[in-house]
Amino acid sequence: MTVRISDDAVAIACGADEVAAAFIAAGVAVERVSSWGMQWLEPLVDIDGVGYGPVSADQVADILNGTAPSLGRIADHPFIANQTRLTFSRAGKTRPLSLDDYYASEGWLGLAKAREMGAQATINTVMASGLRGRGGAGFPAGIKWQTVARADGEQKYIVCNADEGDSATFADRMVMEGDPFMLIEGMAIAGFAVGANKGYVYIRSEYPHAIAKMEAAIKLAAHLIAPFVVEVRVGAGAYVCGEETSLLNSLEGKRGEVRAKPPLPALEGLFGKPTIVNNVLTLAAVPWILTHGGDAYAAFGAGRSKGTMPIQIAGNVKHGGLFEVAFGITLGELVNDIGGGTASGRPARCVQVGGPLGAYIPPAQFHLPLDYEAFAAADALVGHAGITVFDDTVDMAQMARFALEFCAVESCGKCTPCRLGSTRGVETMDQIIAGKNVEANLALIADLSETMKFGSLCALGGFTPYPVMSAIKHFPEDFR
Amino acid sequence: MTSIADILAEHKDKEGPLLPILHDVQKAFGHVSEDAMREIAQTLNLTRAEVYGVVSFYHDFRKEAEARPVLKLCRAEACKARGVEALMPIADTQSRVKVEAIYCLGLCAVGPSAMAGDKVYARLDDAKFKSLLEAM
Repeated sequence: MTVRISDDAVAIACGADEVAAAFIAAGVAVERVSSWGMQWLEPLVDIDGVGYGPVSADQVADILNGTAPSLGRIADHPFIANQTRLTFSRAGKTRPLSLDDYYASEGWLGLAKAREMGAQATINTVMASGLRGRGGAGFPAGIKWQTVARADGEQKYIVCNADEGDSATFADRMVMEGDPFMLIEGMAIAGFAVGANKGYVYIRSEYPHAIAKMEAAIKLAAHLIAPFVVEVRVGAGAYVCGEETSLLNSLEGKRGEVRAKPPLPALEGLFGKPTIVNNVLTLAAVPWILTHGGDAYAAFGAGRSKGTMPIQIAGNVKHGGLFEVAFGITLGELVNDIGGGTASGRPARCVQVGGPLGAYIPPAQFHLPLDYEAFAAADALVGHAGITVFDDTVDMAQMARFALEFCAVESCGKCTPCRLGSTRGVETMDQIIAGKNVEANLALIADLSETMKFGSLCALGGFTPYPVMSAIKHFPEDFR
Repeated sequence: MTSIADILAEHKDKEGPLLPILHDVQKAFGHVSEDAMREIAQTLNLTRAEVYGVVSFYHDFRKEAEARPVLKLCRAEACKARGVEALMPIADTQSRVKVEAIYCLGLCAVGPSAMAGDKVYARLDDAKFKSLLEAM
């Protein structure tokens, strides 16, 4: 009998350590593995493939004597069976820091393939896969890699953006806590492809478990990726450092202020050297692409959104967690069929897609397919594909105010529209909420949003208008 | 006991060492003092203003020690959708624990969530939140 329990942050926060201790106290060995991503069932106990959850320590005796109700085979659960797991193929199955488990599940094959085919062919493979940056901007990864490869310079860097600050996103965290070697392999492939010998993973300080796992994994894998070297750097609580140029400044030991572009980081990035800045999910997709081929990856997806996207279903939802699927699935399927509707049982009023800078979308638009272009056409963002579900108790005027407040708290202060606009926006929203000069103030918010959208240096100021204006547009009754 | 000089020596070969140094100073002393900033600036050949600018930019660094235990409570959208704001009256009626807002712990399907030190907590309701505060 093999008992598997996740040791990722969600499982631990829900009591997995206590459950594991209870099994051990009963004389049963426990393997701590990555999470399946069915977070409403955590702590999930996997006994030879059969699931129990959510489990508390006092239920362990019943599970062992066979009287506890089971969930059946985990792999057959509709939440798992309906996914296309490429990046998360090992989720729930392997021990995060076991090199044996990683070898036994296609580990290091991508890096071996890259070394065998050579640098340019590796870039061509990533190009053929159609992989686009998973951090939010959706820029083609292959083109970025090609630019860095062709840039002049002895010293080049690979920077992994693991500053996953958007609410409702946790896929980066799950990769780092559950499958850290995959990310390291992806970075090593990128380093090989563009001629960089040094990589940094910039992880936010709110993720202590991810930091610990990555540091341990880097030590274990150092000899396999040499001469490439990876180092973890820890953020310090600034949301804006998820923006790539701000992240680079932070890595250099400076204030995390945004840089004007150009120059592009691909040409003048970390310490002024050519640098690939890619999101965790982008780099984590690379080993699969190298192992199975660019065309195999491009066979998934819709339109110009190729491959799979690890979607994060969160907020007030019954079945929240990590759902990796090819692009093109609709919001309605994600919220109602897969997510099972709201956790509160009340009607869903809206979802926010893409974190605090993403638009609020009403059920009338739940037919939208998850695809970069379809979302852009509807004035919305895919972003890092986090979906927050709200029920009908949400006050959208408060959410619009919060979007501006968040921008004010997190603005780096470099550009005026963001630094001042956010604070003026909060004040104006307060007037609206108090019922003062509502129409005139709403017009002012629209004008301010326009200025922020087109006048800000980066997405923090530039995209804060998305949640604000979408809330006003779709839920006008909350503002008047 | 670790000294600032020890911490500086440990990071001297790093590229862009300031953030790792500040993290270690904060960990060892609970905050980054004026004296610490002066010593760091001198060793890294930076101005005090530059070091101060970095310390004051990031939410994680404190210029003064916090005597109370600190609980970071997530108040971002997903935790709001799951009812974190309803916990605030409990936080506000006590002063023994400093309850700080944090924006996202990546536990967005099992919120409201919180972190104290490196320990994380999820599915907080009134009762769990109260006992968490009392246990700190």
